[in-house]
Parts: sequence; structure tokens; C-alpha cells
Amino acid sequence: MILYLLKRAGAGFVIFLTVTGLCYVLYNIRGAEAIARSLLSTDAGLDQIRLKVVELGLDRPLIVQYVDWLGGTLTGNLGVSFASGQPVSALVATRVPVTLSLIAVSLVLTVIFSVLLGVLAASRGGAIDRVVQGLSVVLGAVPSYWLALVLVIVFALGLRWFPATGFVPITQSFWGWAATVTLPALAIALGSTLGLAVWIRSSIIDMQRRDFVRTLRSRGLSPRAIMYRHVLRNAAAPTVQILGLMIINLLGGTIIVERVFALPGIGSLALDAGQRADIPAALGAVTFLVFVIVVINLTVDAANGFLNPKVRTS
Amino acid sequence: MIITETTGAVDTGRAARRGLFRIMLRNPLNVASMIVLALFALLAIVGPWIVPFPPNLVRPDLVNAPPFTSEFVLGGDLAGRDILSRLIASAQGALRSAAILSVVSFALGVSAGLIAGYFGKLFESISNWLFSVILAVPGIIVLISLYTIVGTSTTLAMAVFGVLVAPSMYFMVRTLTRAVRKELYVDAARVSGLPNRRIIARHVLIAIRAPVILMTAGLAGVGIAVQAGLEFLGLGEPAVPSWGSMLTDAFFNIRLAPEQLVWPAIALGLVTGAFSLISIGLRDALEGTYVKPSRRERSRRIEAVRHGADARTEEARESPPVTHGPEPDGTLLLEIRDLEISYVQRKAITTVVAGVSLTVREGEVVGLVGESGSGKTQTVFAALGLLPDEAIVSSGSIRLGGVELLGMPETEFRALRGPGMAYVPQEPMSNLDPAFTIGSQLVYGLRAQNGCSRTEATEMALAMLERVGIHDPVRVFRSYPHQISGGMAQRVLIAGAAASRPRLLIADEPTTALDVTIQAEVLDLLRDLQQETNMGVLLVTHSFGVVADLCDRVVVMRDGRVVESGPVRDVFDAPKAEYTRSLLDAVLDHAPARGELNTKEVTRA
Repeated sequence: MILYLLKRAGAGFVIFLTVTGLCYVLYNIRGAEAIARSLLSTDAGLDQIRLKVVELGLDRPLIVQYVDWLGGTLTGNLGVSFASGQPVSALVATRVPVTLSLIAVSLVLTVIFSVLLGVLAASRGGAIDRVVQGLSVVLGAVPSYWLALVLVIVFALGLRWFPATGFVPITQSFWGWAATVTLPALAIALGSTLGLAVWIRSSIIDMQRRDFVRTLRSRGLSPRAIMYRHVLRNAAAPTVQILGLMIINLLGGTIIVERVFALPGIGSLALDAGQRADIPAALGAVTFLVFVIVVINLTVDAANGFLNPKVRTS
Repeated sequence: MIITETTGAVDTGRAARRGLFRIMLRNPLNVASMIVLALFALLAIVGPWIVPFPPNLVRPDLVNAPPFTSEFVLGGDLAGRDILSRLIASAQGALRSAAILSVVSFALGVSAGLIAGYFGKLFESISNWLFSVILAVPGIIVLISLYTIVGTSTTLAMAVFGVLVAPSMYFMVRTLTRAVRKELYVDAARVSGLPNRRIIARHVLIAIRAPVILMTAGLAGVGIAVQAGLEFLGLGEPAVPSWGSMLTDAFFNIRLAPEQLVWPAIALGLVTGAFSLISIGLRDALEGTYVKPSRRERSRRIEAVRHGADARTEEARESPPVTHGPEPDGTLLLEIRDLEISYVQRKAITTVVAGVSLTVREGEVVGLVGESGSGKTQTVFAALGLLPDEAIVSSGSIRLGGVELLGMPETEFRALRGPGMAYVPQEPMSNLDPAFTIGSQLVYGLRAQNGCSRTEATEMALAMLERVGIHDPVRVFRSYPHQISGGMAQRVLIAGAAASRPRLLIADEPTTALDVTIQAEVLDLLRDLQQETNMGVLLVTHSFGVVADLCDRVVVMRDGRVVESGPVRDVFDAPKAEYTRSLLDAVLDHAPARGELNTKEVTRA
């Protein structure tokens, strides 16, 4: 089990290197001078630009820059913003509460409601089943920003239940935080909730038709014990795996939804910094997002190890 | 947004050959989506000629013009451009994005998937690793960094995104190819010396074409959603109209003219919806979705069965089974009379058990023989009350110790399972819950039956494991099913069934899945247990050897009917039904001794 988790952690590190490396190349692709120019005022001369290139260390080979950045990042130093001169870690730290709130709330919503709906659809069948399946098609088809727009129109502008924009930190006011987080988190979670519910539904039905369920019934176990102890337990492992994949998509949704609700999160940092060629800040945002993904994947792997004795005992 | 659910196990190419498209066309929603997509493609092609105004034409007098009031039919946007024209002109960009994304992911995923699935080995390990890394890359982040740097090349962005979604195609193609690779006709092609290149092109690709095409459709839908998302973030080409940028424009205007959001939202929803419906149609057609019948649907089916018994039932009534003498004396334990089990599918009734009657007395071992599909297993499942939800028992009676079981409330029935009757299944490994230890499964069963404490149940389970011939019961008790052998698993299942000291043991081909050496041991064990407790045994088997070895009486089934029944010796010595005779002849040890070689006939031949 420990060996397995170490292996998965290693795989997570590979993903971290791949993504940050790829982004590093992409950010530098237009050349050092172009980057320096976009950071200076429009009337800056060539000398000024060259000076800026050297000042930012952009004249070094890319691989040297990357290794330098990587070394810093691994020791907790994300560098200094090209645009503002602030340490990137401070910049990221101000954005983390927003994005983390969105991810956490939408994840909790997704898990709770998908399990509820999935179990309900599988055990009741009939109309509930059809509604869940139909909704999953509709909500799965429309992008999360589309849902976000609809939610804003209906609940923020129409009913005025929630604010349309802005963010209140949880430390300041819990209800203010809840009010600002609800709509964006819903927009992110709705599609994945229904998608996951349908997934859970089919794995429950799949499990219910397994031979061992019949054998357990033949020993006089109650339907409730079979459903909650055996069927759900066996359906959990594949569900957790799918959840891990969905979270990556959920993060993509977060970035766009932040924009709709004008939330000052990591996604908008990545966007703004990228457009301003503020490479360290943009990479800081990417690093945080990849870190979240790797942590979530590791959690999923650990959960899988816990749920699946074949993994645990090997 | 970019869900890759379809990476799960997909059925082999069998469904593909059954005419996947035909199955899909049965669903009106699939047909509707195909029509939507055809219209969308048409619009993308002829759009430039049919737009009423150039999409970027600015009419300052028509800024935010409401719909249906001016020559801008759907109104003007915040810059005074015709919304209808922009809506139509956007189709082309969306189609192009969809095309680029699906071509790239198709090229990468299909080629790598074919090679990995067909040849396996090193290539497969490397590509598996590579694609799982890609799968974990957060696509939208890479896309955003790409856009902000390279500027506004939708083509490049969609190509990169195509690489990022290629894993779902790769894993599906690899799974499908691997399945087709095992098919006999592919083997035959290899043996006949056809080069691999041609086999892949001619046999494998054809067999997997339908799911691949449909997954490509799903990915195309993803492409459109992602492109619109990027445009919505303001990362598109400003001069080119798109649904995403129209959404952004409308969003700026949300307080002034909220209706402007509706048009691009509808267009986007329709097209992405149509694409995703098609890919869901793929999943349903491939895996066959099971929908639990509602109560009303169930009673409708029962009605249907009551009214329309099929030919098989008539046949059963006309030709009653052959019996050898009167039934023996003794207390009746299990008594099945005129049992009829049917399934209803699309209004067609299939009767799998038609008028079966059989009895088991206390201490008696009865063999239920017949080829697979003869209805033996359905009969015993009915006795155990373990038929699947779709099965309909339309008539007959099943009594255990004189008590009618059909129609008995589930809670009462549950109390009978265990002490009343127990079940030993056919396939040992799939009948143990993989997530729980052997011990806990046995303990749960014992506690459900007699409500004893955990310690008592543990002791009983350990004793029972020892009784069924397991040498190290404590170790097996703590093991998970995947850690023990098939023979061991079957002993565990027998222990689970016999632990409750049932009056009747129903064993469904208990030795079929085992090695020959272990078969004999398991049969001995069953015999010993039977003699120890004097329980009645109903033994389902297709082997007359097992019947001869263990049974007192035998019931022969064919096509859902009993054709012959009687004491084993009588049936073996003088089989009356033709079917029994042919079954007995097929058993090697019972074949009449062959005479000396008839040289005359050989030379003549």
C-alpha cells in the first residue's frame, strides 16, 4: 500500500513537471524581447528592452531558467512578479481562498448530490431514473459558463437572492461567503453532479446484478444490508476513479466561472498574468492548480487503495 | 466540461456488428440530434451566402435594438451589429473547431490505440503511460497559457486540445482492438498469412468503426464547447464572430438587454447537446442500458404473460414428461408444481420454464439434468426466490415443507433462506464479494440468519471452514477472495451454505468451474455433509457422471420442460425419452462397448 502510494506520488510529480514545463515553454515561445517589450511602456527603446531582458534573466537558456524556477518552487519560492515586483507566493496567497472555496464547495455538492441521486435512480427506477438520466444529458451538454450565466440571470438579477459578482472571505462573514460562493459553485457542480449520478446509478445496477449479491441474498441478508454494505461499497471504487477524472474538468470550469462572477481567484490570475506576459505570476497560478490536481489524485488513489483490497494487499 | 466517461470498459465489437447505427436510429432523440447536426453543418457551409448582413457591419442606430422591430430580425448587439447574421456566421468557426479537434484526437488516439491493442507489449506500456499523463493534464490551463502567448490562433488551440482529449479515444480503441484481436476470424486471418497491416485495416478497423465514429462525434461536441468557452473568456479572434464572444457581449449588456443572451445560448446548447446525445446513444447501444421496470410496467408485463402463453407452454401441456413408477415415500421437502417462468421484452414473451414439476424429499439427493439453457437454473432460482426483477412467475406452486413460497412476503421468505434452504453457486470466484474478507462474509450471513453475536458467529464460521476441509481456517477467514484458489472458494461457499444447517441444499453445478481433481473432492464433501445432516439436496448439473455418483433420483429437463424423471438406476438402465437416451449416449462411459473392428466395412468404405 505504501509502495503503491509512493508510486502514485511519483506519477503526480511527473505530471507536475510535464505541465509546468509545457507552460514554461509556451510562455517563452514568443521570445525574450517581446516579453520584455510588453512589460515596458510603448515608447521604450531597444536598449531599455535589452536591459529588461537581462534584468529578468530572460537571456539565459530556457532549460536553465526552468531549472532555476523549479528549484525555487520546490523550496517554496515562486519568484517575483514581472509586472508588480511582488513575490508571487503573496500574489497567489491572496487568490487561493477564492478558488479553494469554489473547488471545495462544488466538490462537496457534487459528491453529496450525485450519490443521493445515483442511489435513488438505481433503487427506485421508473420516473426518478428517467428524470436523472434526462437531466444529465441536458446539463452535461451545456458548458458550465452557460449554466453560470443562467444562474446569474435567474437568481442574481431576477430573484435577487444572491449577489451577481464579488467575493466575501469566510473569515469575514460566513453567510456573506456562502452567498457569494453558492451560485458559482452550483454552476461548476451541476453538470458533474448529474454526470456522476448517472455513473453511480449504472455501477450500482451493475453490482446488483453480480453473482455475489444473489449469493448473499440466499444467506438471508436484508436488502438494506446488501445495498448499503455490499453494493455501495463495491460501486464506490470505480466511482472514486471517475470522480478523480472529473475534478480535472471541474478545475477548468472554475477558471471560466470565476470570470463570469468576477471573482478574484487563481483562474483570473492565470488569465491576467498570462496576457501581461507576467510569466512568474502565471506560472505561480499554474503551479497551484497542478498542485491541487496532484493532491486530489493522490487522495483518490489512497481512497481507491482503501476501497479495493486487491490494491491494498498487493 | 471535458468528461471522458467513455474510457470505461466497452463491450467488444459484437454490438458494432449488430448494426449500431440501426439500434441508434430507433431512438427518436438520436434522430433529432442527427438532424440538428446536419442543419448546423449546412449552415456552416452556406452561411456566408445567406447572412442578411455582413456580421461585422455596424449600424449605430440599431445598438441594442430589440428583436423583431427592425431589419435586424433578432435585434442588434451592443455595437449595433445584426445578431442573426452573427449567429449564422459563427457556425463556421464552431464547425472548424470541432473538425480540428476531432481529426487530431482521432489520428492520435486511433492509431496508437490500434497498435497498442493489436501488438501490445512495449508499445502498449509506453503509450499507456504517456496517455495517462496527458489525461491528467488540466487542458484548460494549458490552453489559456497557449492563447495568451501565441495570440489568437483558434486552429492551434484546437489542435493542442485535440492532443489533450486523445486519451479517451486511445483507451477506448485499445480496449476494443484487444477484444477483436481475440476473435477467431482474426486468428484465422493471421494463420492464413495475411500481413498485420491488412488485418488491422480490413478486420479490426471495420469491427470497431461504429464506436470510434460516435466517440469522434462526442469529442467534436467538446471542441465546440471549449472553443466557445475560450471565446467567452475573450481569448478568440476579435474580428471573427462566435457564439462564445456573442455571449460575452450579451453578458456586458445583461441589465439592458438580457434577451441577447438567449440566442447564442440556444445555438450552443442545441449543437453541443446534439453531439453529446449522439455519444450517449453510443454508450447505450454498446452497453445496453438496463432500466428497472416501474411497478406499473411490471404488472403490465405480468398481464401480458397471463394472456398470451407462448407455443412452448402449449407444447408442454401436450407432451407430459415420462415418469418411472410412482414417486418414493418420505416427507416432502420441496414440491414444485407446474412452474412457469417468462420474460417480457418489447412485448415479446419468452417462456423459459414451462410447466415444470419436481419434488425433493428429506434426505434425498435429486439431480436436475439438462443442457445449458434448458431452464434448470431458472427453476432453482425460483425456488430460492432469487429470480431477477424482470422474471415473471406466471403460474404454478413452489412449497417448502408444505408452505407455499410464491407470493410469500419478502421478509418471511428471507427467514427461510439459510435454515430452510441454502444455495451453492456455480462460479466460485464471482460469488464472493471482492471487497470483504471471507470471514466477514460468512459472519454477516450467520448473524442475519440467527442473530447471534459476532464472536459466536466467528467461532461457527471457523468451525465450518475446518469442516469443509480447509487446513488453515484462520488464514482463510482473514483472506480476501482474490487471495484464495477457485477450489478453496467453492469450499468457502459450501461452508456458507451448510453453516446454517439447511433442510434443503440447492447446488447449481457446484463443480463445473473446478479442476477435475478438485471436482471429486467437492462432490465427496457434499455427500458427507448430506449424510451427516440428512438434508435434502437438489443438485443441478449437466453431467450424468455426477448424477450417477451422488443422486437418488434424476429429473431431466429440456427447453424449459421436464422430459423424464425417476430413480437414477431406472432412468440409466431404461431411458424412455429420446432426449435422455441421446444425453446418455453422449456420455463416454455409457456408450455401448464398441465391437471389434469391422474390416469389411472399412475396406468397402
